[in-house]
Amino acid sequence: MCGIAGLFSKTSDFEAELGDHMADMLIQMADRGPDSAGVAFYRNPVPEGWTKLTLFSPDDDEDWGALSDSLAARFGAAADPEVRATHAVIAVEAGADEAAAWVIANRPDLRLMSAGRSIEIYKEKGSPLDFVERFGLREISASHGLGHTRMATESFVTTEHSHPFSSGLDICLVHNGSLSNHNRLREVLRREGLTIQTDNDSEVASAYLTWKMSEGLGLEDALKAAIEDLDGFYTFAVGTADGFAVLRDPIGCKPAVMSESEDWVAMASEYRAIAVLPGAEEARVWEPSPGQIYVWDKAAIA
Amino acid sequence: MSTETALEVVDLSQTSVRELNQRLHDAASGGPQAWQVVHPGGLHSIAAGLDAPLDVDIDGHVGYYCAGMNKEATVRIHGNAGVGLAENIMSGSVVVDGDASQSAGATGHGGLVVIRGNASTRCGISMKGVNIVVGGDVGNLSAFMAQKGALVVCGDAGEALGDSIYETHIYVRGSVASLGADCIEKEIGEFHAGELSGLLEESGVDADPGEFRRYGTARRLYNFDIDNAGDY
Repeated sequence: MCGIAGLFSKTSDFEAELGDHMADMLIQMADRGPDSAGVAFYRNPVPEGWTKLTLFSPDDDEDWGALSDSLAARFGAAADPEVRATHAVIAVEAGADEAAAWVIANRPDLRLMSAGRSIEIYKEKGSPLDFVERFGLREISASHGLGHTRMATESFVTTEHSHPFSSGLDICLVHNGSLSNHNRLREVLRREGLTIQTDNDSEVASAYLTWKMSEGLGLEDALKAAIEDLDGFYTFAVGTADGFAVLRDPIGCKPAVMSESEDWVAMASEYRAIAVLPGAEEARVWEPSPGQIYVWDKAAIA
Repeated sequence: MSTETALEVVDLSQTSVRELNQRLHDAASGGPQAWQVVHPGGLHSIAAGLDAPLDVDIDGHVGYYCAGMNKEATVRIHGNAGVGLAENIMSGSVVVDGDASQSAGATGHGGLVVIRGNASTRCGISMKGVNIVVGGDVGNLSAFMAQKGALVVCGDAGEALGDSIYETHIYVRGSVASLGADCIEKEIGEFHAGELSGLLEESGVDADPGEFRRYGTARRLYNFDIDNAGDY
């Protein structure tokens, strides 16, 4: 069992409160996943030519300022780090590939959580309730976000094994369920040149979508391909720079509820995570059909 | 045993589900018989395990296992219901104005479950005598291993309807995506026409009984002996 939450803002007023509401949703999903928690937020896009990195350090006393200075020295410019608990977001005036390659070469002890123009990922082992407070989620504004609470079933409980997983620029995935063909698929994806950091099954799904999209497929077509190639049971929520998509396996092993109000669009493993949103009692609520792909993005809302 | 006619209102944003259920269980031996539950907030196990002819109205959406194991009580949900609505219902009735998620009425032994909207996958899985009436559609694998009782679907049915069915009667007004193993279409005789009309009337669902088709067991998958028919 795991818990998933997705929240998309339809108004700028709601954007300012998005972190606060995502925090409430995660707390409702804490019973479904007490082992670890994580969020992806899409916010404050960096200018063209810049890349936003989210990095995790196992060292509580990490000198993020020094790292930012080193990045600035190498690439010409880097913003001051925005630190949240064990994570920091640093914007660098560089392409994503070269910035990530520099971090991996020079600071192999750090873990790259995400890279892109607007994505930020925070995740940590331990209680979702502690996570919400420690990472100051309530003050975060964002256009949309995904959250996950994990009850581990097939790989270790560590920060790295927590969700969301990001394998490509501005894309991430959260998963409730488990995949049975992930070992073979991981080998295929590694041969194709994808970086997979853990032995976790959900990370393979994330890398798979990145691979399909790098071959030119849109998110919807990549998810259609996933129905054929991923064996197991799942509810996925996939975040992109523009919105998020939801897919349940064709048998419908894992739950999901969706809802839409004038201010927001939400998905969650259970309705109780939606019930805490403002205006939930008047919002339209429905259950996504198994094997069907649901996409919300800025284009669809506008 | 004293009973009261006044309406007892419980607000689940103030009171725990455990406390509500305890009070409903206590009402079996006297106390208020009519209850209204407000702000259910998708919480689980609301009004589960009732064992008295109580009347419970729930204003809003409920979570998992609402009205599970219901005996004698009438529970109305003015909203949607999560997984396992009225699971293992024994008697009484459970009515949902909106949709119900997976496994509605699962393993139910008796009573009536009415879902005015759609029911999701596995509706009536392993039902053992409960009657289920769905105003809209049902999802995949509904009435899987269904043993007894009737499932009435006024909309469409998803794939593998009635897979591995025993003796439940299934009535569908719309299309059936596919029938499961050992489930076949059957004629509607006098008995079945009466059963269908009776269930539609009892559930207050407006549908013409003449528009339905009936599905049931081919009796090739399990050891059916006509001499034991009275036991089913």
